[in-house]
This record gives sequence, C-alpha cells and structure tokens, in this order.
Amino acid sequence: MDDPMIEARALRKAFGSTSVLAGVDLAVPRGGVLGLLGPNGAGKTTTVEVLSTLLRPDGGTATVAGHDVVREPDRVREAISLTGQYAAVDELLTGRENLRLMARLAHLPRAAGRARGDELLELFDLVAAADRLVRTYSGGMRRRLDLALGLLTRPAVLFLDEPTTGLDPRSRSDLWAVIRDVVAGGATVLLTTQYLDEADALADRVAVLDHGRVIAQGTAAELKSGVGAAHVELRLADGRTERVATDASVPDVRRILADVELRRLPVDSWRVAVPTLDDVFLTLTGRPAEAAPADAATLLTREAS
Amino acid sequence: MTTTALAPARATTRPPTGGWALRDTAAMIGRSLRRSLRTPDTLIMGIALPVILMLLFVYVFGGAIQTGQAAYVDYVVPGIILLCAGYGAATTAVSVASDMTGGLMNRFRTLPVRPVAALTGHVVESVVRNAVSTALVVGVAYLAGFRPTAGLGEWLAVAGLVLLYVLALTWTAVCIGMVSSGPEAANGFTFAIMFLPYVSSAFVPPESMPRVLQVVATYQPVTPVTDTVRAWLTGAPGGQPLVALAWCAGLLVVARLTAAWLFRRRAAR
Repeated sequence: MDDPMIEARALRKAFGSTSVLAGVDLAVPRGGVLGLLGPNGAGKTTTVEVLSTLLRPDGGTATVAGHDVVREPDRVREAISLTGQYAAVDELLTGRENLRLMARLAHLPRAAGRARGDELLELFDLVAAADRLVRTYSGGMRRRLDLALGLLTRPAVLFLDEPTTGLDPRSRSDLWAVIRDVVAGGATVLLTTQYLDEADALADRVAVLDHGRVIAQGTAAELKSGVGAAHVELRLADGRTERVATDASVPDVRRILADVELRRLPVDSWRVAVPTLDDVFLTLTGRPAEAAPADAATLLTREAS
Repeated sequence: MTTTALAPARATTRPPTGGWALRDTAAMIGRSLRRSLRTPDTLIMGIALPVILMLLFVYVFGGAIQTGQAAYVDYVVPGIILLCAGYGAATTAVSVASDMTGGLMNRFRTLPVRPVAALTGHVVESVVRNAVSTALVVGVAYLAGFRPTAGLGEWLAVAGLVLLYVLALTWTAVCIGMVSSGPEAANGFTFAIMFLPYVSSAFVPPESMPRVLQVVATYQPVTPVTDTVRAWLTGAPGGQPLVALAWCAGLLVVARLTAAWLFRRRAAR
C-alpha cells in the first residue's frame, strides 16, 4: 500500500497471562474505511486502544498518520480522534459547553473553537439540544455529540469503536448518515463492529478479527460470497431442517414456498435467513461466534399455517 | 458544504507546553466548578450538613459534654470545620471515579493536554467548596455564641492549616476515586472519612474515651489538627502545630505522589 494512514504489523498485547492480540496486521490507505469485525473479546477495542496511543503494545509496530504510536504518541494524538463504546462526554455540562471545553483543551483559538463547535452542532442536528445538560440526552444524541467532539480538530484519522452498539435502529441509521458524511470529507476511518450489516454499510474493506488475529480480509461482498447466499430455512414436522438458496427477493421466496406447497412438505415453520456475522464465523473458523447477536439473523420469520 | 465542514485539515501545530499547561488547568477548574453548580443537591448537602451537625452538637449533645472549656460551641467549631473538609473530599472521590469509569479520561488522554489537569480541576473545586462551607460554619457558629479570641495572624494560620488538611484529604480522595470500580464504590469512602473525626478530640475530649480509643484518637491526624486549630482560635491548651503540619504535609505528599503513580499506571496498562 502506497500511503497507509494506519498500519499495524504483528501487534501483540496480553493482559497478565491472557493474550488479547496475537499478531494483528492491518493497513488502511488514506481516505479508506476499514471495518474491523469480530465478536466480543476478539480484540477489537484493544486494537483501537493501541492504535490511538491509549495502550502500549507488548510487541509489533504500528504507525498512524506516519507516526509510530509508541515513540511519537503526541504526534499521533494530534492526527486522530477516538469515539469509544461509551460516549466520552461530560454529563453535567451542556452539549455546547462540552464542545467549548474540548476546543479549549485542543488549543483551538477561542473564536475559531466556538465557530467550529456551532458548526458541528448544526451538522449533527444538536442545535435544539445544545444548551441542555447532556444528562438529559438520548443514547443517539450522546453518540452524535461524542463524534462531534472528536471532529473539532478535523482529525485526519478517526477511530470509531462500536459506534452504534446499544442504539435503537433509528439512531443507528442517523449515526450511519453522519459517519458517511465524515467519510465523504476524506477522513481515514477504522471502525469496529459486531454487525456485518454495519461494516457492509460503512466500510470499503472488512477485516475479521478472531482471538486477536485477523483471519480474513476483503470487501463485505467478498466476505459474504464466501459464506454463501441467503436461504430459506424450512423446519419440518419430523424435526429435520431443509435449506434452499434464495436471492431473498419476493418472487424467489414465493416460488420456493409454492414449491413447498406443491410437494406437500409438512413444514412447521420457515424463515428467510441472510448471511450474518455468525455465518461468516462459522465458515471461517468452523465454530460459531460466541457473543454475536442472534436477533439480526432473521430477515423475516413466519409461522407456517 | 457538508463535505468541507467535515474534511480533515492539517493538525494544529503543537503549542509550547508551559503556558498551555496553566490554561488547560484553568479550563479544567472551570469545568469542575460548573459541574459542582450543576449538582445542587450534592452542593447543598455538602455545605448544609456541617452546619446542621454543628447545631446538633451545640444544642442537642453539647449540654451533656464536659470539655473543661466555658462554651461547648467554642470547643466544637474546629472539629466541625475538619468534618466538613472530610465530607467535601469524599465528593471529589465520586467525581474522579465517574471521570475514570466513563470514557472521558480516555478522551482527555488523546488530547495534547496533561490529563492530570483534570484531577487538579477537581481538587481546586473541592478547595473552593470547602472554603464556602467553612465560612458558613464559622458564620452560623458566631450566631450560636462562638467567640474566637484569635487575631489576624492566628486566623491566617488556621486558614493555612485547614487548606493543607483539605488538600491532603482531597488528594487522598482522588486516589480512592481512581482505584474505585465506580462512583458508588467511591461514595463508600464518605463513611470512612466522616468517621475519623468522631474518634478524635473533635467532639469530645479523648480522655473521656476507653483506653483503646484514646490510642486511636491520639495517633490519627484529626486530633492534632483539631487541637491546633482550637488553640489558635480560642487560646485553648493542647495545640501541636508541628505534629499537625507533619500529618497534613506528609499525607498530602504521599497522596499526591500516589495519585500521579496511579494515573501513570493506568496510562501504561
């Protein structure tokens, strides 16, 4: 890669006797968006913490924006922003005060800091709530403010650690829209997620992390094609399960169900299943992802009459 | 338009640290003071509780306590001042713990700022809050018949010693806040630190206690500090300024170094 903004080579980190990173290799080109996908405990947050200078690696090297994270942490800090799993906002300040405090601490000139803060409130749809205490914000508003705080200094590299975990679907899609805008602005992004659809929606490349190692890399489409297509899953009266591949379109599903009816199969229940993180894991490792959510698996579920 | 506003730009050049360190600390102090005003319940409790306790001791228990001094109010005011310092410090433990458990401290750490400035902000807030509650206690005590004999020099000495005591307890609270698993755990610290003055010369003469408690009372910081403040304010005997100073300064140095060490250890995980 010509101009990697984020590059990690053989990163290792252990907490006590527990190895968390067992040699992580990553590279994200300037303006690229890498989705780091994996279940809880795979090492996603640890990777982000090492790359954002919060944790010192035990071995391997990493550079961000051309600076070594161990030798030049201050240089790296100037170029990055980190939005963690827990919104790093002051609950007892208003949204605007949070932005002003961070602008002061980032050493922006006073007037420029204020203008930048107001601009971000506008962009992140927080103007109406700007003078309310953050304590009264919804989860989605907190994350948006958190991201806005990270963008005050126009960082070249953004780390988003599970940016939408725990958000309701609407806040989630609102946040996706904001992240897409940020990406369109040209920032380099490393995004961690447990959800394949999130990586699919935001990242141009996906790396799958398992037990502290990258076990697959590619575009979301490449990963999914390795897993196999969507299928209709039929649970039969005698307990057997049958799977029929589908493109998940209405005509195709209708065709399959018509066929089921024609063959008078004794179907107890059926559903259309699309590839999930579970399936990616199953395919890549031969075992299920331990902590992956099960609810995202189903596109639709119906009881057969 | 959107694209321009969100486009990355060259990082601001790294400013020289000296002047910025002061300005960063000022920003953090502003933050902590603002937070303090935003939790009026905690603030009112922290300021009103010492006054309530003082009135309780003066008017309810005081009549039954023999101190060898003419008015119990003259005896008890120094103890109440130290008691409220303990209460105020416990609040700091909670603030520090909530900074550490939320993601906020990590955000500070990714800024070109010495994040220890955040701790300094909490400590200065504690000093300001204690100054207000101490002034209130002294004012209400005056209405209740407190008649100190201290001159300006003694008042300044009292202010200095109490400031040192508040700093020592607050930095201890910062350490507790950093090792606690969360704000609730840090809150438990309130009881430990509130308890110390009871087994000291703050409210009753230690000579009236059982032998074992007398030993505890003698060899803990609250007794020499109380005795010294009392001696300076009312001319009572028993002041041990050097012992009091040694306790406060020693505790302050140990707590301050421990806080810095805990902070670095967290950073270097």
